[in-house]
Amino acid sequence: MTSSKTLSPDAMRVEELAHTHVADCYQCGKCSAGCPMADQMDVIPSGIMRLVQIGDVDQAAKTSAVWQCLACQTCSTRCPKSVLVADVLDSLKQIAVEKNIVHPKVRRTMIFQKTFINTVCRNGRLNELELTGFFKMFGFFNDYSILKLMADGNLALPMILRNKLHFKPGSPVKDKAVVRRIFEKCMK
Amino acid sequence: MINIGYYPGCALHGSSNDYEKSVRSSLFHLGVSLNEIDDWICCGASGAHMINKKLGTALPLRNLAIAERDGVKELLAPCPLCSMELLKAKQKIAADESLRKEMSDVVELPLNGTCDVLNLVQIFQKVGFNKIIEQATVKLDNFKPACYYGCLMVRPPRIVQFDDPEHPSSMETLLTGLGAEPVEWNYKTECCGAGLTLADGATVERLVGKILKNAKDHGANCMVAACPMCIVNLDMKQSATEKRLGETLNLPVYSLSDLVGIALGLSKKELAIDKHFVKA
Repeated sequence: MTSSKTLSPDAMRVEELAHTHVADCYQCGKCSAGCPMADQMDVIPSGIMRLVQIGDVDQAAKTSAVWQCLACQTCSTRCPKSVLVADVLDSLKQIAVEKNIVHPKVRRTMIFQKTFINTVCRNGRLNELELTGFFKMFGFFNDYSILKLMADGNLALPMILRNKLHFKPGSPVKDKAVVRRIFEKCMK
Repeated sequence: MINIGYYPGCALHGSSNDYEKSVRSSLFHLGVSLNEIDDWICCGASGAHMINKKLGTALPLRNLAIAERDGVKELLAPCPLCSMELLKAKQKIAADESLRKEMSDVVELPLNGTCDVLNLVQIFQKVGFNKIIEQATVKLDNFKPACYYGCLMVRPPRIVQFDDPEHPSSMETLLTGLGAEPVEWNYKTECCGAGLTLADGATVERLVGKILKNAKDHGANCMVAACPMCIVNLDMKQSATEKRLGETLNLPVYSLSDLVGIALGLSKKELAIDKHFVKA
Protein backbone atom coordinates (compact mmCIF):
# COMPACT_ATOMS: atom_id res chain seq x y z
CA MET A 1 0.00 0.00 0.00
CA THR A 2 2.87 2.40 -0.70
CA SER A 3 0.62 4.47 -2.91
CA SER A 4 -1.81 5.08 -0.04
CA LYS A 5 0.59 7.30 1.92
CA THR A 6 -0.29 10.39 -0.06
CA LEU A 7 -4.05 9.77 0.08
CA SER A 8 -6.58 11.51 2.31
CA PRO A 9 -8.30 9.44 5.07
CA ASP A 10 -11.54 9.42 3.03
CA ALA A 11 -9.74 8.08 -0.03
CA MET A 12 -8.07 5.43 2.12
CA ARG A 13 -11.53 4.30 3.27
CA VAL A 14 -12.45 3.88 -0.41
CA GLU A 15 -9.32 1.80 -0.97
CA GLU A 16 -10.12 -0.33 2.05
CA LEU A 17 -13.69 -1.01 0.89
CA ALA A 18 -12.75 -1.54 -2.76
CA HIS A 19 -9.49 -3.48 -2.16
CA THR A 20 -7.67 -1.49 -4.84
CA HIS A 21 -5.07 1.28 -5.24
CA VAL A 22 -6.70 4.44 -6.56
CA ALA A 23 -3.31 6.14 -7.08
CA ASP A 24 -2.45 3.53 -9.72
CA CYS A 25 -4.94 5.18 -12.10
CA TYR A 26 -3.07 7.32 -14.65
CA GLN A 27 -6.20 8.78 -16.21
CA CYS A 28 -6.03 7.03 -19.58
CA GLY A 29 -9.83 7.08 -19.79
CA LYS A 30 -10.27 3.50 -20.99
CA CYS A 31 -12.85 2.86 -18.25
CA SER A 32 -14.97 5.76 -19.46
CA ALA A 33 -14.56 4.77 -23.11
CA GLY A 34 -16.12 1.36 -22.52
CA CYS A 35 -18.76 2.37 -19.96
CA PRO A 36 -22.29 1.80 -21.31
CA MET A 37 -23.61 4.58 -19.05
CA ALA A 38 -20.85 7.22 -19.53
CA ASP A 39 -22.91 9.35 -21.92
CA GLN A 40 -25.62 9.71 -19.26
CA MET A 41 -23.31 10.44 -16.31
CA ASP A 42 -22.58 13.83 -14.69
CA VAL A 43 -18.96 12.75 -14.08
CA ILE A 44 -17.47 9.89 -16.14
CA PRO A 45 -15.73 6.95 -14.35
CA SER A 46 -12.18 8.26 -14.92
CA GLY A 47 -13.34 11.63 -13.51
CA ILE A 48 -14.66 9.86 -10.41
CA MET A 49 -11.28 8.15 -10.04
CA ARG A 50 -9.58 11.57 -10.20
CA LEU A 51 -11.90 13.03 -7.54
CA VAL A 52 -11.01 10.16 -5.20
CA GLN A 53 -7.28 10.57 -5.94
CA ILE A 54 -7.33 14.26 -4.92
CA GLY A 55 -9.29 13.37 -1.78
CA ASP A 56 -12.65 14.84 -2.81
CA VAL A 57 -14.51 11.67 -1.87
CA ASP A 58 -17.75 13.40 -0.86
CA GLN A 59 -17.87 15.17 -4.22
CA ALA A 60 -17.41 11.79 -5.93
CA ALA A 61 -20.05 10.09 -3.76
CA LYS A 62 -22.54 12.90 -4.50
CA THR A 63 -22.49 12.33 -8.27
CA SER A 64 -25.44 10.71 -10.02
CA ALA A 65 -22.83 8.59 -11.83
CA VAL A 66 -22.12 6.27 -8.91
CA TRP A 67 -25.75 5.08 -8.92
CA GLN A 68 -26.02 5.06 -12.71
CA CYS A 69 -23.18 2.52 -12.68
CA LEU A 70 -24.63 -0.89 -13.52
CA ALA A 71 -21.76 -2.84 -11.90
CA CYS A 72 -21.20 -4.49 -15.31
CA GLN A 73 -17.44 -4.68 -14.58
CA THR A 74 -16.32 -3.54 -18.05
CA CYS A 75 -14.17 -0.75 -16.53
CA SER A 76 -12.34 -3.01 -14.06
CA THR A 77 -11.84 -5.68 -16.74
CA ARG A 78 -10.24 -3.27 -19.22
CA CYS A 79 -8.16 -1.13 -16.84
CA PRO A 80 -4.49 -1.39 -17.94
CA LYS A 81 -3.44 -0.86 -14.31
CA SER A 82 -5.92 -3.41 -12.91
CA VAL A 83 -7.66 -0.78 -10.80
CA LEU A 84 -11.03 -2.10 -9.62
CA VAL A 85 -12.98 0.91 -10.88
CA ALA A 86 -16.40 -0.74 -10.44
CA ASP A 87 -15.56 -1.55 -6.82
CA VAL A 88 -14.49 2.08 -6.27
CA LEU A 89 -17.91 3.19 -7.53
CA ASP A 90 -19.56 0.56 -5.33
CA SER A 91 -17.71 1.87 -2.27
CA LEU A 92 -18.84 5.39 -3.10
CA LYS A 93 -22.44 4.14 -3.13
CA GLN A 94 -21.98 2.78 0.39
CA ILE A 95 -20.39 6.07 1.53
CA ALA A 96 -23.20 8.10 -0.09
CA VAL A 97 -25.80 6.07 1.82
CA GLU A 98 -23.89 6.36 5.12
CA LYS A 99 -23.51 10.13 4.75
CA ASN A 100 -26.95 10.61 3.24
CA ILE A 101 -25.58 12.47 0.22
CA VAL A 102 -27.21 10.49 -2.61
CA HIS A 103 -27.81 12.64 -5.72
CA PRO A 104 -31.61 13.41 -5.95
CA LYS A 105 -31.76 12.28 -9.60
CA VAL A 106 -30.78 8.71 -8.69
CA ARG A 107 -32.41 8.37 -5.26
CA ARG A 108 -34.91 5.92 -6.75
CA THR A 109 -32.13 3.50 -7.67
CA MET A 110 -30.75 3.70 -4.12
CA ILE A 111 -34.26 3.19 -2.71
CA PHE A 112 -34.65 0.12 -4.95
CA GLN A 113 -31.40 -1.46 -3.75
CA LYS A 114 -32.22 -0.74 -0.09
CA THR A 115 -35.75 -2.11 -0.45
CA PHE A 116 -34.31 -5.23 -2.10
CA ILE A 117 -31.91 -5.82 0.78
CA ASN A 118 -34.62 -5.23 3.40
CA THR A 119 -36.85 -7.79 1.67
CA VAL A 120 -34.04 -10.31 1.77
CA CYS A 121 -33.40 -9.51 5.46
CA ARG A 122 -37.04 -10.24 6.33
CA ASN A 123 -37.47 -13.36 4.18
CA GLY A 124 -34.04 -14.83 3.50
CA ARG A 125 -34.88 -14.76 -0.20
CA LEU A 126 -36.30 -12.18 -2.55
CA ASN A 127 -40.08 -11.91 -2.64
CA GLU A 128 -40.64 -10.08 -5.94
CA LEU A 129 -44.16 -8.89 -5.18
CA GLU A 130 -43.13 -7.53 -1.79
CA LEU A 131 -40.15 -5.76 -3.39
CA THR A 132 -42.35 -4.25 -6.09
CA GLY A 133 -44.97 -3.07 -3.58
CA PHE A 134 -42.52 -1.46 -1.17
CA PHE A 135 -40.38 0.01 -3.95
CA LYS A 136 -43.42 1.57 -5.62
CA MET A 137 -44.52 3.04 -2.27
CA PHE A 138 -41.13 4.40 -1.14
CA GLY A 139 -40.39 5.58 -4.69
CA PHE A 140 -43.68 7.48 -4.77
CA PHE A 141 -42.96 9.23 -1.47
CA ASN A 142 -39.58 10.24 -2.94
CA ASP A 143 -40.87 12.21 -5.94
CA TYR A 144 -44.70 11.89 -5.99
CA SER A 145 -44.56 10.79 -9.63
CA ILE A 146 -47.84 9.10 -10.58
CA LEU A 147 -46.28 8.19 -13.92
CA LYS A 148 -43.49 6.20 -12.24
CA LEU A 149 -45.97 4.68 -9.81
CA MET A 150 -47.95 3.30 -12.74
CA ALA A 151 -44.91 2.29 -14.86
CA ASP A 152 -44.80 -1.41 -15.86
CA GLY A 153 -48.43 -1.82 -14.68
CA ASN A 154 -49.21 -3.17 -18.14
CA LEU A 155 -46.89 -6.12 -17.45
CA ALA A 156 -48.85 -7.33 -14.40
CA LEU A 157 -51.57 -9.19 -16.28
CA PRO A 158 -49.26 -10.87 -18.84
CA MET A 159 -47.05 -11.96 -15.95
CA ILE A 160 -49.98 -13.43 -14.03
CA LEU A 161 -51.13 -15.27 -17.17
CA ARG A 162 -47.64 -16.78 -17.49
CA ASN A 163 -47.64 -17.82 -13.82
CA LYS A 164 -44.69 -15.51 -13.17
CA LEU A 165 -46.15 -13.57 -10.24
CA HIS A 166 -46.33 -15.36 -6.94
CA PHE A 167 -48.83 -14.10 -4.40
CA LYS A 168 -47.58 -16.15 -1.46
CA PRO A 169 -46.17 -13.82 1.23
CA GLY A 170 -42.71 -14.35 2.70
CA SER A 171 -40.50 -17.18 1.45
CA PRO A 172 -39.92 -20.90 2.06
CA VAL A 173 -36.69 -20.25 4.01
CA LYS A 174 -36.92 -22.20 7.28
CA ASP A 175 -34.15 -20.56 9.31
CA LYS A 176 -34.99 -16.88 8.90
CA ALA A 177 -33.41 -16.10 12.28
CA VAL A 178 -29.90 -16.89 11.01
CA VAL A 179 -30.42 -14.48 8.10
CA ARG A 180 -31.35 -11.68 10.54
CA ARG A 181 -28.26 -12.45 12.63
CA ILE A 182 -26.01 -12.30 9.54
CA PHE A 183 -27.49 -8.90 8.68
CA GLU A 184 -27.02 -7.63 12.25
CA LYS A 185 -23.38 -8.76 12.36
CA CYS A 186 -22.59 -7.10 9.00
CA MET A 187 -24.51 -3.85 9.35
CA LYS A 188 -23.51 -2.97 12.93
CA MET B 1 -25.45 -39.92 -14.35
CA ILE B 2 -23.90 -36.68 -13.08
CA ASN B 3 -24.87 -35.62 -9.57
CA ILE B 4 -24.48 -31.95 -8.89
CA GLY B 5 -25.50 -29.43 -6.22
CA TYR B 6 -28.00 -26.83 -7.32
CA TYR B 7 -28.38 -23.20 -6.24
CA PRO B 8 -31.41 -21.83 -8.12
CA GLY B 9 -31.24 -18.29 -6.74
CA CYS B 10 -34.26 -16.05 -6.22
CA ALA B 11 -35.00 -15.23 -9.87
CA LEU B 12 -35.42 -18.87 -10.94
CA HIS B 13 -37.91 -19.44 -8.13
CA GLY B 14 -39.65 -16.17 -9.00
CA SER B 15 -40.49 -14.60 -12.34
CA SER B 16 -37.80 -16.59 -14.21
CA ASN B 17 -39.50 -19.91 -13.41
CA ASP B 18 -39.67 -20.61 -17.17
CA TYR B 19 -35.86 -20.49 -17.29
CA GLU B 20 -35.71 -22.92 -14.37
CA LYS B 21 -38.10 -25.34 -16.05
CA SER B 22 -36.00 -25.25 -19.20
CA VAL B 23 -32.72 -25.80 -17.31
CA ARG B 24 -34.22 -28.70 -15.36
CA SER B 25 -35.81 -30.37 -18.41
CA SER B 26 -32.75 -30.22 -20.64
CA LEU B 27 -30.34 -31.32 -17.91
CA PHE B 28 -32.63 -34.15 -16.79
CA HIS B 29 -32.69 -35.37 -20.37
CA LEU B 30 -28.88 -35.37 -20.37
CA GLY B 31 -28.72 -37.44 -17.19
CA VAL B 32 -27.77 -34.65 -14.82
CA SER B 33 -29.36 -34.90 -11.41
CA LEU B 34 -29.77 -31.55 -9.63
CA ASN B 35 -29.74 -31.63 -5.84
CA GLU B 36 -31.04 -28.31 -4.54
CA ILE B 37 -29.09 -27.29 -1.46
CA ASP B 38 -31.07 -27.14 1.78
CA ASP B 39 -32.49 -23.83 2.95
CA TRP B 40 -30.38 -21.64 0.65
CA ILE B 41 -30.71 -17.87 0.95
CA CYS B 42 -30.37 -14.93 -1.47
CA CYS B 43 -26.78 -14.22 -2.59
CA GLY B 44 -27.40 -10.50 -2.03
CA ALA B 45 -27.41 -9.77 -5.78
CA SER B 46 -26.36 -6.20 -6.68
CA GLY B 47 -27.96 -4.61 -3.63
CA ALA B 48 -25.82 -6.15 -0.90
CA HIS B 49 -22.41 -5.17 -2.27
CA MET B 50 -23.67 -1.65 -3.04
CA ILE B 51 -25.12 -0.99 0.42
CA ASN B 52 -22.68 -2.95 2.60
CA LYS B 53 -19.56 -4.73 1.33
CA LYS B 54 -19.40 -7.13 4.27
CA LEU B 55 -22.98 -8.25 3.72
CA GLY B 56 -22.20 -8.74 0.03
CA THR B 57 -19.53 -11.25 1.06
CA ALA B 58 -21.45 -12.95 3.89
CA LEU B 59 -24.67 -13.83 2.03
CA PRO B 60 -23.03 -15.89 -0.74
CA LEU B 61 -20.74 -17.54 1.80
CA ARG B 62 -23.69 -18.81 3.86
CA ASN B 63 -24.76 -20.75 0.75
CA LEU B 64 -21.28 -22.12 0.05
CA ALA B 65 -21.06 -23.19 3.70
CA ILE B 66 -24.40 -25.03 3.45
CA ALA B 67 -23.19 -26.77 0.27
CA GLU B 68 -19.89 -27.75 1.94
CA ARG B 69 -21.70 -29.03 5.03
CA ASP B 70 -23.81 -31.29 2.82
CA GLY B 71 -20.79 -32.61 0.96
CA VAL B 72 -21.45 -30.80 -2.32
CA LYS B 73 -18.29 -30.55 -4.44
CA GLU B 74 -19.80 -28.68 -7.39
CA LEU B 75 -22.69 -26.25 -7.37
CA LEU B 76 -24.64 -25.18 -10.45
CA ALA B 77 -25.86 -21.57 -10.29
CA PRO B 78 -27.68 -20.86 -13.60
CA CYS B 79 -27.81 -17.14 -12.76
CA PRO B 80 -24.41 -15.57 -13.61
CA LEU B 81 -24.90 -12.88 -10.95
CA CYS B 82 -25.31 -15.59 -8.30
CA SER B 83 -22.39 -17.65 -9.61
CA MET B 84 -20.10 -14.61 -9.81
CA GLU B 85 -21.04 -13.49 -6.27
CA LEU B 86 -20.43 -17.01 -4.94
CA LEU B 87 -17.04 -17.20 -6.68
CA LYS B 88 -16.04 -13.69 -5.58
CA ALA B 89 -16.77 -14.46 -1.92
CA LYS B 90 -14.95 -17.78 -2.19
CA GLN B 91 -11.90 -16.05 -3.65
CA LYS B 92 -11.93 -13.41 -0.89
CA ILE B 93 -11.73 -15.96 1.93
CA ALA B 94 -9.13 -18.05 0.08
CA ALA B 95 -6.82 -15.02 0.02
CA ASP B 96 -7.44 -13.87 3.60
CA GLU B 97 -7.32 -16.34 6.49
CA SER B 98 -8.58 -13.88 9.12
CA LEU B 99 -11.53 -12.98 6.89
CA ARG B 100 -12.30 -16.69 6.47
CA LYS B 101 -12.49 -17.12 10.23
CA GLU B 102 -14.52 -13.96 10.70
CA MET B 103 -16.97 -14.96 7.96
CA SER B 104 -17.32 -18.44 9.38
CA ASP B 105 -18.53 -16.79 12.61
CA VAL B 106 -20.86 -14.49 10.70
CA VAL B 107 -22.52 -17.27 8.66
CA GLU B 108 -22.48 -19.67 11.66
CA LEU B 109 -21.00 -22.60 9.71
CA PRO B 110 -17.46 -23.80 8.95
CA LEU B 111 -15.98 -22.43 5.72
CA ASN B 112 -13.19 -24.19 3.87
CA GLY B 113 -13.81 -23.07 0.31
CA THR B 114 -14.00 -26.59 -1.10
CA CYS B 115 -17.09 -26.18 -3.26
CA ASP B 116 -16.76 -25.18 -6.94
CA VAL B 117 -19.37 -23.11 -8.75
CA LEU B 118 -20.51 -23.66 -12.34
CA ASN B 119 -22.61 -21.51 -14.69
CA LEU B 120 -25.05 -23.01 -17.22
CA VAL B 121 -22.55 -23.24 -20.08
CA GLN B 122 -20.06 -24.96 -17.80
CA ILE B 123 -22.52 -27.70 -16.84
CA PHE B 124 -23.10 -28.37 -20.55
CA GLN B 125 -19.31 -28.46 -20.97
CA LYS B 126 -19.13 -30.94 -18.11
CA VAL B 127 -21.69 -33.19 -19.81
CA GLY B 128 -19.60 -32.73 -22.94
CA PHE B 129 -20.57 -30.73 -26.04
CA ASN B 130 -19.85 -33.78 -28.21
CA LYS B 131 -22.11 -35.99 -26.12
CA ILE B 132 -24.93 -33.44 -26.38
CA ILE B 133 -24.43 -33.21 -30.15
CA GLU B 134 -24.48 -37.03 -30.41
CA GLN B 135 -27.73 -37.22 -28.43
CA ALA B 136 -29.46 -34.50 -30.45
CA THR B 137 -32.37 -35.66 -32.61
CA VAL B 138 -33.49 -32.33 -34.06
CA LYS B 139 -31.15 -30.19 -36.18
CA LEU B 140 -31.39 -26.50 -35.24
CA ASP B 141 -31.99 -25.48 -38.88
CA ASN B 142 -33.30 -21.95 -39.42
CA PHE B 143 -31.92 -20.75 -36.07
CA LYS B 144 -29.60 -17.78 -36.53
CA PRO B 145 -29.05 -16.78 -32.91
CA ALA B 146 -27.07 -13.85 -31.57
CA CYS B 147 -25.33 -15.43 -28.57
CA TYR B 148 -25.54 -12.93 -25.75
CA TYR B 149 -23.25 -13.44 -22.74
CA GLY B 150 -23.97 -10.20 -20.92
CA CYS B 151 -21.69 -9.06 -18.13
CA LEU B 152 -21.07 -11.40 -15.29
CA MET B 153 -20.76 -14.70 -17.10
CA VAL B 154 -17.38 -13.50 -18.42
CA ARG B 155 -16.55 -10.59 -16.10
CA PRO B 156 -14.59 -9.93 -14.01
CA PRO B 157 -12.25 -12.51 -15.61
CA ARG B 158 -10.03 -12.72 -12.50
CA ILE B 159 -13.07 -14.10 -10.65
CA VAL B 160 -15.15 -16.09 -13.13
CA GLN B 161 -12.26 -17.37 -15.28
CA PHE B 162 -14.61 -18.39 -18.04
CA ASP B 163 -14.18 -18.04 -21.81
CA ASP B 164 -12.79 -14.83 -23.36
CA PRO B 165 -14.04 -11.71 -21.53
CA GLU B 166 -14.16 -9.62 -24.72
CA HIS B 167 -15.02 -12.19 -27.37
CA PRO B 168 -16.51 -15.34 -25.84
CA SER B 169 -17.49 -18.20 -28.15
CA SER B 170 -18.50 -21.24 -26.07
CA MET B 171 -22.24 -20.91 -26.77
CA GLU B 172 -21.50 -20.53 -30.49
CA THR B 173 -19.40 -23.72 -30.43
CA LEU B 174 -22.24 -25.76 -28.91
CA LEU B 175 -24.99 -24.27 -31.07
CA THR B 176 -23.01 -24.64 -34.30
CA GLY B 177 -22.55 -28.29 -33.41
CA LEU B 178 -26.32 -28.58 -33.02
CA GLY B 179 -26.89 -27.20 -36.52
CA ALA B 180 -27.63 -23.54 -35.76
CA GLU B 181 -25.91 -20.65 -37.51
CA PRO B 182 -24.88 -18.14 -34.81
CA VAL B 183 -24.17 -14.65 -36.19
CA GLU B 184 -21.09 -12.52 -35.58
CA TRP B 185 -22.10 -9.28 -33.89
CA ASN B 186 -20.80 -6.51 -31.62
CA TYR B 187 -22.69 -6.55 -28.33
CA LYS B 188 -22.12 -10.06 -26.95
CA THR B 189 -20.87 -8.69 -23.64
CA GLU B 190 -22.60 -5.29 -23.40
CA CYS B 191 -24.75 -4.74 -20.30
CA CYS B 192 -28.56 -4.93 -20.64
CA GLY B 193 -29.18 -2.92 -17.46
CA ALA B 194 -29.54 -6.09 -15.38
CA GLY B 195 -31.48 -5.58 -12.14
CA LEU B 196 -32.55 -2.03 -12.96
CA THR B 197 -35.64 -3.32 -14.83
CA LEU B 198 -37.96 -1.94 -12.16
CA ALA B 199 -35.89 0.96 -10.81
CA ASP B 200 -34.90 2.59 -14.11
CA GLY B 201 -36.90 1.19 -17.02
CA ALA B 202 -35.77 3.93 -19.42
CA THR B 203 -32.12 2.93 -19.04
CA VAL B 204 -32.90 -0.75 -19.56
CA GLU B 205 -34.93 -0.01 -22.70
CA ARG B 206 -32.14 2.17 -24.11
CA LEU B 207 -29.50 -0.54 -23.55
CA VAL B 208 -31.75 -3.41 -24.71
CA GLY B 209 -32.55 -1.37 -27.83
CA LYS B 210 -28.85 -1.07 -28.73
CA ILE B 211 -28.28 -4.79 -28.18
CA LEU B 212 -31.30 -6.08 -30.10
CA LYS B 213 -30.85 -3.66 -32.99
CA ASN B 214 -27.22 -4.68 -33.43
CA ALA B 215 -28.16 -8.36 -33.36
CA LYS B 216 -30.87 -7.80 -35.96
CA ASP B 217 -28.56 -5.70 -38.17
CA HIS B 218 -26.13 -8.63 -38.21
CA GLY B 219 -28.76 -11.07 -39.44
CA ALA B 220 -29.88 -12.72 -36.20
CA ASN B 221 -33.41 -14.15 -36.14
CA CYS B 222 -33.38 -14.86 -32.39
CA MET B 223 -31.40 -14.21 -29.20
CA VAL B 224 -29.87 -16.79 -26.89
CA ALA B 225 -28.66 -16.07 -23.36
CA ALA B 226 -27.84 -17.96 -20.17
CA CYS B 227 -28.87 -15.40 -17.55
CA PRO B 228 -32.34 -14.82 -16.05
CA MET B 229 -31.87 -11.03 -15.91
CA CYS B 230 -30.69 -10.80 -19.54
CA ILE B 231 -33.59 -12.97 -20.67
CA VAL B 232 -36.20 -10.89 -18.78
CA ASN B 233 -34.83 -7.62 -20.13
CA LEU B 234 -34.51 -8.80 -23.74
CA ASP B 235 -37.84 -10.66 -23.75
CA MET B 236 -40.29 -8.93 -21.38
CA LYS B 237 -38.96 -5.44 -22.14
CA GLN B 238 -38.82 -5.96 -25.91
CA SER B 239 -42.21 -4.45 -26.69
CA ALA B 240 -41.50 -1.31 -24.61
CA THR B 241 -38.11 -1.11 -26.33
CA GLU B 242 -39.75 -1.36 -29.76
CA LYS B 243 -42.03 1.57 -28.85
CA ARG B 244 -39.04 3.63 -27.74
CA LEU B 245 -37.13 2.85 -30.95
CA GLY B 246 -40.19 3.23 -33.17
CA GLU B 247 -39.43 0.00 -35.01
CA THR B 248 -40.33 -3.67 -34.87
CA LEU B 249 -37.63 -6.10 -33.73
CA ASN B 250 -39.55 -9.32 -33.15
CA LEU B 251 -36.58 -11.36 -31.93
CA PRO B 252 -37.61 -14.42 -29.86
CA VAL B 253 -35.37 -14.80 -26.79
CA TYR B 254 -34.22 -18.30 -25.88
CA SER B 255 -32.15 -19.56 -23.00
CA LEU B 256 -29.26 -21.80 -23.97
CA SER B 257 -31.11 -24.66 -22.29
CA ASP B 258 -34.13 -23.97 -24.57
CA LEU B 259 -32.09 -24.51 -27.72
CA VAL B 260 -30.29 -27.55 -26.29
CA GLY B 261 -33.71 -28.91 -25.26
CA ILE B 262 -35.20 -28.35 -28.71
CA ALA B 263 -32.24 -30.18 -30.26
CA LEU B 264 -32.81 -33.06 -27.82
CA GLY B 265 -36.40 -33.31 -29.04
CA LEU B 266 -38.14 -31.71 -26.05
CA SER B 267 -41.38 -29.81 -26.62
CA LYS B 268 -41.88 -26.06 -26.21
CA LYS B 269 -44.12 -26.79 -23.24
CA GLU B 270 -41.51 -28.97 -21.52
CA LEU B 271 -39.06 -26.09 -21.91
CA ALA B 272 -41.63 -23.42 -20.92
CA ILE B 273 -41.02 -21.62 -24.20
CA ASP B 274 -44.80 -21.04 -24.28
CA LYS B 275 -44.32 -18.68 -21.30
CA HIS B 276 -42.03 -16.29 -23.19
CA PHE B 277 -43.28 -12.81 -24.08
CA VAL B 278 -42.00 -12.57 -27.67
CA LYS B 279 -43.70 -15.41 -29.50
CA ALA B 280 -41.16 -18.08 -30.40
